[in-house]
Amino acid sequence: MTTTADPVAGNARPQIHPLSLAASSGAVVRRNLIHIKRMPELLLDVTIQPVMFVLLFAFVFGGSIAVEGSNYREFLVPGIMVQTIVFASFIVAIGLTNDLDKGIVDRLKSLPISRASILVGRSISSLIHSSIGIAVMALTGLLIGWRVRNGFIDGVFAFGLILLFGFAMIWVGIWVGSLFSSVEAVQGFMFTVMFPLTFLANTFAPTENMPSVLRTIAEWNPVSALAQACRELWGNGPPAAADAAFPLHHPELFSIGWSLLITAAFAPLAVAAFRRRSRD
Amino acid sequence: MSPQPAVEAIDLVKQFEDNTAVDGVSFEVPQGTVLGMLGPNGAGKTTTVRMLTTLSRPTSGTGRVAGFDVVKEPDMVRRNMGLTGQAATVDELLTARENLRLIGRLSGMPKGEIGPKGDALLERFSLTDAGDRVVKHYSGGMRRRLDLAVSLIANPPVLFLDEPTTGLDPHSRNELWEVLRGLVRDGTTLVLTTQYLAEADELADDIIVIDKGKIIASGTPTQLKAQAGSASVVLTVTDRADLSAAEALVRRCVHDVYVEPEARRVTAKAGGLTDMTSIADALAQSGIAIDDLGLMRPSLDDVFLSLTGHRAEEALDDSEAADPDAEKEGALR
Repeated sequence: MTTTADPVAGNARPQIHPLSLAASSGAVVRRNLIHIKRMPELLLDVTIQPVMFVLLFAFVFGGSIAVEGSNYREFLVPGIMVQTIVFASFIVAIGLTNDLDKGIVDRLKSLPISRASILVGRSISSLIHSSIGIAVMALTGLLIGWRVRNGFIDGVFAFGLILLFGFAMIWVGIWVGSLFSSVEAVQGFMFTVMFPLTFLANTFAPTENMPSVLRTIAEWNPVSALAQACRELWGNGPPAAADAAFPLHHPELFSIGWSLLITAAFAPLAVAAFRRRSRD
Repeated sequence: MSPQPAVEAIDLVKQFEDNTAVDGVSFEVPQGTVLGMLGPNGAGKTTTVRMLTTLSRPTSGTGRVAGFDVVKEPDMVRRNMGLTGQAATVDELLTARENLRLIGRLSGMPKGEIGPKGDALLERFSLTDAGDRVVKHYSGGMRRRLDLAVSLIANPPVLFLDEPTTGLDPHSRNELWEVLRGLVRDGTTLVLTTQYLAEADELADDIIVIDKGKIIASGTPTQLKAQAGSASVVLTVTDRADLSAAEALVRRCVHDVYVEPEARRVTAKAGGLTDMTSIADALAQSGIAIDDLGLMRPSLDDVFLSLTGHRAEEALDDSEAADPDAEKEGALR
């Protein structure tokens, strides 16, 4: 076919100029952000919840958790930020399942846009969603004494690592969102997986005093590498203990490595599951 | 205007892991006409529509929409058709105008035309006053109308409607039918699936009946109803002793008579109201006491029974597992 001329004569049709991937993804992002505007309670998971975690750990448990060479509140804030970004996968999964379930994905697929824009749009809006959470955490942190102490570049680098990890988490979210067919199932699965993943780590307490098997698991947990990297880059915590597992001695490198590895493992799974789910 | 059909299905087959949902479906829809696809749940109607609208890739065979091949040129197909799915797939958290703007934009319309076109559609579907209201608060009928308006934003020459009136009350259904007739007057080609014979009868120029993935009958509504058998007169006598007298009386008016003694019921194939009135007259003169006398028109069920030898509900039971949408119940796929 050489022209876009309408082969079926009918009433006047508008000139159709299919959108680029960027433009169509942008339209999808805007739509997803309107959702947040209409239902601000969607943001509770990245605002009130983490703030409650901060208050709970900083003021209730904090007194009994000792962090050598640092103040526990400063130690805690990066941990909660990391927990917030891990939950980006949760946000993507819920949004995607909802759209699949309600036929919105079918509607979008019947339009002359790249099908990738459905996932790209969902991912970007989820990253924005999580970033709002990170910003709220940073403000809360500033109020309770958390500071970025090692200069601007290191500070920004740590935020970059958090976003990169969020990108990896999004693929996990797309995979889970495509695999389950109800929001409740996604919630059940994600809570079961995400809580151990974020707690069996140095998120809330140093790993040194854990039983040795748990300690090994926790120190190899990607979440720990990221939290350690942020703490070191922001100057919020001591360097890893001398006998800590290898990743904690190279936390920046491992944060990047884990992010790439998770992406490499889950991106193909996610795309395949999404295709199967939307019955290509 | 070329004589090319607006929609063509060419030996479409869709095989899922353990069953064949669509098994060699072919048809043509001339421009500006309405095709009704009639069949029970799980017959393969939705899967056929999904293949023709590029949502699902045919296992074999293909189709053409507005002259473009659904397998080789899916993007051109998407530019030339609109789809209104089974569930009203409008975004609940957006207003009507936001829904129209989103789909108009993604359809590739020039930005400046989306607003005026959207407003015109809202006007046409009597939604102007609700245009800035969030769709969550819409009634079922309003949602369907908006769904249709959204499908029409880019003025597609071909529109697919999957069970457009399922779940609507009779008033909203009539309203929607009126809107669809208006579209056809403007030259839009419609392909609609339905479980209701009445709906196909109201709207369609041609009907295909699908069962278990195959077309089992096709024709105009009139041809099809003739094929399905005529109406029947059903007569229930008060006293079982009168049953044979009633049967003899009915036999004088029509030939095809069936008696159910336990139910005290005589059923007779009738040509129409004239047979009914002559039976009623004869009854009045004979003095046989009756409980009930009525004319039963053929229903979708009767069409099915006469075409397939099984009732529509049986087909539904068989193919529930076959219907991919039925899988939605399971949590893990």
